[in-house]
Amino acid sequence: MSWFTRKEKNIHTPTELKREAPDGLWYKCPECKKVMHTREHKSHAHTCIHCNHHEKIGSEEYFELLFDNNEFTELDTTMTSQDPLGFSDTKSYPDRIAATQKKTGLRDAVRTAHGKVNGMEIVAACMDFSFIGGSMGSVVGEKIARAVDHALRNRIPLLVISRSGGARMMEAGFSLMQMAKTSARLALLDQAGIPFVSLLTDPTTGGVSASYAMLGDFNIAEPGSMIGFAGPRVIRETIGKDLPKDFQSAEFVLDHGFLDFIVDRKDLKNKLFTLFSMLQ
Amino acid sequence: MLLDFEKPIADLEAKLAEMKQQLDVERNEDLRLAVRSFEDNILKLKRETFQNLTRWQRVQLSRHGDRPYTLDYIYSITTQFIELHGDRSVRDDQAMVGGLGTIDGQSVMFIGQQKGRNTKQRQQRNFGMANPEGYRKALRLMKMAEKFGKPVVTFIDTPGAFPGIEAEERGQGEAIARNLREMFMLKVPVICIIIGEGASGGALGIGIGDRVLMLENTWYSVISPESCSSILWRSWDYKEQAAEALKLTAHDMLHFGLIDGIVEEPLGGAHTDPVAMSRIIKNTIISQLTELSAIDPLVRIDQRIEKFSSMGIFQE
Ligand SMILES: [Zn+2]
Repeated sequence: MSWFTRKEKNIHTPTELKREAPDGLWYKCPECKKVMHTREHKSHAHTCIHCNHHEKIGSEEYFELLFDNNEFTELDTTMTSQDPLGFSDTKSYPDRIAATQKKTGLRDAVRTAHGKVNGMEIVAACMDFSFIGGSMGSVVGEKIARAVDHALRNRIPLLVISRSGGARMMEAGFSLMQMAKTSARLALLDQAGIPFVSLLTDPTTGGVSASYAMLGDFNIAEPGSMIGFAGPRVIRETIGKDLPKDFQSAEFVLDHGFLDFIVDRKDLKNKLFTLFSMLQ
Repeated sequence: MLLDFEKPIADLEAKLAEMKQQLDVERNEDLRLAVRSFEDNILKLKRETFQNLTRWQRVQLSRHGDRPYTLDYIYSITTQFIELHGDRSVRDDQAMVGGLGTIDGQSVMFIGQQKGRNTKQRQQRNFGMANPEGYRKALRLMKMAEKFGKPVVTFIDTPGAFPGIEAEERGQGEAIARNLREMFMLKVPVICIIIGEGASGGALGIGIGDRVLMLENTWYSVISPESCSSILWRSWDYKEQAAEALKLTAHDMLHFGLIDGIVEEPLGGAHTDPVAMSRIIKNTIISQLTELSAIDPLVRIDQRIEKFSSMGIFQE
């Protein structure tokens, strides 16, 4: 474990490089198609200054947004997937992992860290959708479980930021049991009375939405995020009907009583701090 | 209803029945010997077939139309059973059943997904696919069992939690997630038995137990072979391949340490001898409950948590 700052980090991905391109480059919003300075977009927490579209960012950006001076200690940095089933579809699972690691600069689909938010110590886990759709295999389950244990041992609040298509099929039964494992550790955290905020971002579906992402003392979401257990295509095929507009949007899930509130990413850090402070 | 690999056996059995009828009439010693050797051959073929089932064939058996379902087992292993309905919030989900039963003189809370046998029943039971209120009903009954100090036995048999508009509106994900967390903290013994299909979160939603057992010809995984095929190969045609890749049988799951044991089925599968199957399940439940009841409740909870916490393969 060591202290990390942005300058010392040597892992960069093509997309990150693009986002951190020098001043003068433009960012085009995929939603409203309007253009703005990359720097301006970044200073607005990677949201559109025109329509407030929340760009799908990853752990690197979230940690920078959350942790004071972008200083944090990352946990379990070396953990990587194995191939317990010898799984192969169009590509072997180890090849897929290796290729994704090379492309993204990430080890797997979640990073965990502890650090300070406005001076308050917290543990945060953040999923990376760019890593096989943010799918949950043994590494994601184990790292989340250990992040929970870290919060428990040190009696500090936990934040989990989910962005996941669900289970990682290539780990089949092992993947399924990560739902059980993470829920087991959260049962202990719950019992100890340590606060857990689950932030659901676009998209959070499948096994992740049916385990830790829905087990927060506070379940909150970014605006417009797609949140649900079953995917819209599966539902449409099952019931043979078109789905209502805004079905499975964060706003829809809030309306139906499964979220505490929706948070604009620009307010995330301060709102988290306020919430955790009120519980002290 | 016959599966393709059951057909040769069934054909021989039909012929055997004919021979036996003839034997009744003729009382011929040669014929008697022929019948006996024919019987041996059938048994040999049966053994060979069932010892060498592919994973996909086990999936087929797990869905066999004649296979006993949750209520069949409950009624055959209990001396009395009172079904309990409703989640006290939305409605009674008939894809998830439960109630108090007496087995070997002790009261047990039984819970499980229920499939239907004909078109009308299948609709009524929603093909064994529970809605959120089904999972909440299950949790209500588990908490009731805990309150009165009665053990919980769940029978898992589902192609998945129902993917529907109302299911999403009422929080399918939240309902399953809550069950996972709450089941870990139940102070009473919990036994989970996969009796047919164990598909994904819909199965796991009643699957956190001190003992998780699978009948021999069942499957348990994160996705069905068909859905896996459609996602990974973009076609429904690779279900056999997907079943092999997913390693979803009872033997696979035991080998990986993801379940605690296998419950043997009568030769030919549970559906060929439901009475024997029920007796085996009953004896299994009784002996497991005896073991589990001897453990201190808090130790039992710790062991339950530790067991699931150790599941996962990774390197660091
Ligand atoms: Zn925009």
